[in-house]
Amino acid sequence: MSETVIDQPIDRSGMKVSDEVAIEIVGMNKWFGEFHVLRDIDLTVYKGERIVVCGPSGSGKSTLIRCINRLEEHQKGRIAVDGVELTSDLKNIDKIRSEVGMVFQHFNLFPHLTILENCTLAPIWVRKTPKKEAEADAMRFLTKVRIPEQADKYPGQLSGGQQQRVAIARALCMRPKIMLFDEPTSALDPEMIMEVLDTMIELAEEGMTMICVTHEMGFAQAVANRVIFMDQGQIVEQNEPKAFFNNPQSERTKLFLSQILGH
Amino acid sequence: MAPTGSFRREMLEAQAPPAARTGRLRWLQENLFSSWPSALLTLLSLAAILWLVAHVWPWFAHSVWDAGSLTECRAIIRETWGGGASGACFAVIRERWQQFLFGFYPRELYWRPTLAFVLMFAALAPILFAELPRRLRWFAVAFPGIAYWLLWGGPASVPLAVYAGFAIAWLVHRAVAARASELVALVVAVAAMILWWLHLAGPVARALPILELQPVGSSRFGGFTLSLVIGVTGIAFSLPLGILLALGRRSQMFFVTTMCVGFIEFIRGVPLITLLLVASFLLNIFLPPGTNFDIILRVIIMVTLFASAYMAEVIRGGLAALPRGQYEAADALGLDYWKATRLIIMPQALKISIPGIVNTFIGLFKDTTLVAIIGLLDPIGLTTAIRADTNWNGIVWELYGFVALLFFLCCYGMSQYSQYLERKLRTGQR
Repeated sequence: MSETVIDQPIDRSGMKVSDEVAIEIVGMNKWFGEFHVLRDIDLTVYKGERIVVCGPSGSGKSTLIRCINRLEEHQKGRIAVDGVELTSDLKNIDKIRSEVGMVFQHFNLFPHLTILENCTLAPIWVRKTPKKEAEADAMRFLTKVRIPEQADKYPGQLSGGQQQRVAIARALCMRPKIMLFDEPTSALDPEMIMEVLDTMIELAEEGMTMICVTHEMGFAQAVANRVIFMDQGQIVEQNEPKAFFNNPQSERTKLFLSQILGH
Repeated sequence: MAPTGSFRREMLEAQAPPAARTGRLRWLQENLFSSWPSALLTLLSLAAILWLVAHVWPWFAHSVWDAGSLTECRAIIRETWGGGASGACFAVIRERWQQFLFGFYPRELYWRPTLAFVLMFAALAPILFAELPRRLRWFAVAFPGIAYWLLWGGPASVPLAVYAGFAIAWLVHRAVAARASELVALVVAVAAMILWWLHLAGPVARALPILELQPVGSSRFGGFTLSLVIGVTGIAFSLPLGILLALGRRSQMFFVTTMCVGFIEFIRGVPLITLLLVASFLLNIFLPPGTNFDIILRVIIMVTLFASAYMAEVIRGGLAALPRGQYEAADALGLDYWKATRLIIMPQALKISIPGIVNTFIGLFKDTTLVAIIGLLDPIGLTTAIRADTNWNGIVWELYGFVALLFFLCCYGMSQYSQYLERKLRTGQR
C-alpha cells in the first residue's frame, strides 16, 4: 500500500478534542460462530476525536466499527454511544443509528434513487424533515462535497470517487454526531482517492468525531489524533500519530508498519 | 535490440466514428446472407413460410361469415369454391360472439360488464404509468367496489359496507395506538374489521339499500367476462400476498418463517386443478350448512393463493439478488424494517423480479381456463357447449382459434408492458 501524501496545510483550529465521551466500549467480545473476532476491546472515544484504525485484513477492525452502530451484534461487554447503551432494544438501536453516520467501502448508494433522493430519504422518513427543507439541506451538503451538479443523476452514472462523496453527503444529511468510515478509499482508483480524502479532511477540520478504518497512512499522519493498531481481534497498540509511526512499541506494529510504509 | 522508450508530445483529438454502413441491400447481406449456411437457412425458412401461408390462406380466403350451421357453411363453400375447397366457418363466431364475451349475462344488461371493462383501464392507468397524477390512484382503490356493484348488481351499499370495514380498522387502529403498542393496535384493528364484515356489514347494507341495480347471479357469468374477473382479481391480490409471503419466508421469527414455508411448499406441491375441485365440491361440506359461499369467489380465492405461492418464490429470488450492502446502508441510516423494506429493498427486488412476476401473471391468467373443468362456462367451457349444439357439431379450429386470439391479446399486452417498465426503470447507464 503506497502512502498518499497530503501536501496541503491543514487547519487545526476546529479540531478540538473535548473531554466529553462520545463512545464508550468496555470489555467487548464478539464471535463469528467459533471464531473469536473481537477480544476484550476497551475503547473510549471523546467528542471531536479523529481516530484511524489500521491493521492486517481479518484483524477485526471493520467488525469493531460495525458493532458501534449495531450492524454486527456484540455478545459480551458494553457499548454506549452518546450515553445510550446498545442493547437489543430496537428503539435504542434506531436512535443510535440516526446519530451515527456510516460510509462503506462499496459506497452502498441506493441505485434506484437519484443522488438528491439518496440524500433526502432518511431525513424525510426518519427525522420527519419537510421535503423542501430536506432538499435544500441535501444541496448544501452536495455543494460541500463539490458535486451539486450531479443531484439529478443516478448513482450508476457517477464515478467511484463521486459516489463515495455522495455517500458522505448522504450520511451528513442526518446531522450525525459521529462518523464511521469503513475503508472508504479501498475500492477506488488511485486518482480518485485524494478527492475523497479531501472531503474527509474538511470534515475533520470542522471538528466532527470520526473513526476511520483505512490504510491511508498519509491521512492518518495529517488529521488523526490517535492511531489504533489491531491484530487478531485485539487492540495491540494505540498512540498519537507521530509517536505511533516514528516510535512503535510492539514488534507486531513494527512489522506491519515496515510492510505498508516500506515501499 | 532492446525496446526504446517513447512519449507523446500532443494528445489526440476525439474523432467522429466512420459513417455507418446503411442501405437495404447491406442489411440483407449482413442479416440474411452473411455466409453460405446462413443463406441456405434463409432460403429454407422462406420456403417453409411460403408453404404454410399457401396452405392456410385459402382457409381464410374461403371463410363464411353468414350461415346458420356448419352444414350450411360447407354447402356455401362448395357452391362458391368448388368441391374440394376448404374454408373457415366464422359464422359461428358471428352468431355466438356475445356469448363468448358475456356468457349468459342478461342481454339488456351488457352495458354493465362493458362499462366495468372500460373503467378497469381508467383504474389501471394511474398504476401502470407513473407520469399520471397520483391523485387518480384513488379511483384504482374505488374500482373493485364499483366493478362488483356493476357486475353483480344489488344495492351499492354492499361494497360500501365492505369499504367501511377498512375505515373502521383505520379508526380503531388510531384510537388504540394512542394507548397501547403498535402490535396490539394492529391486532385489535384487524379483529374489529373482521367482526364488522362477518356480523354487521350484511345487516347494515340491507338496511340501507341505495342505488340498487338489478342483481345478476354468479351462475349467469361466463365467457371472457368470467376469465377477466378471475384473472384480474387474482393478479391484483396475488402480488401483495406474494410479497408478504416472501418477506415472511426470510423473516427471523421462527413461526412466521415456518408458516410461510409450509404454505408455499404445500400450495406449490398441489395441482391447481385439485384446489379448484376442492373449491367446487369439498368446501361446502366443511362450511356450516346454509352458508352461501359464492362459487366465483371460491375459485378466485384458490387461484389467488396458488399464484401467490409462485409469486413469493419469484420475489424471494429478487430479494436474494440484492447486495447485503443495501440492507446495511438502510439500517445505518436509521430506517426501521418496514421503511427500509418499502423504500429501499422492495423497489429494487421487484424491479429485478419483473420478468418472473409477469410470467406468473400470464400463467395465472391462462390458468383461469381450468375452471371449465368444474363446470364454469369460461370461453373453453362455452366452446365445449357450442360444439355440443347440433348446428355446430364438428367445428374446432374457428372456436379455439378465437379463444386463443382473445387470450393472446391480453398476455401479449402484459408482456409488452413489462418490457416498457424494464426499459423505464433502467437507471445504471452512463
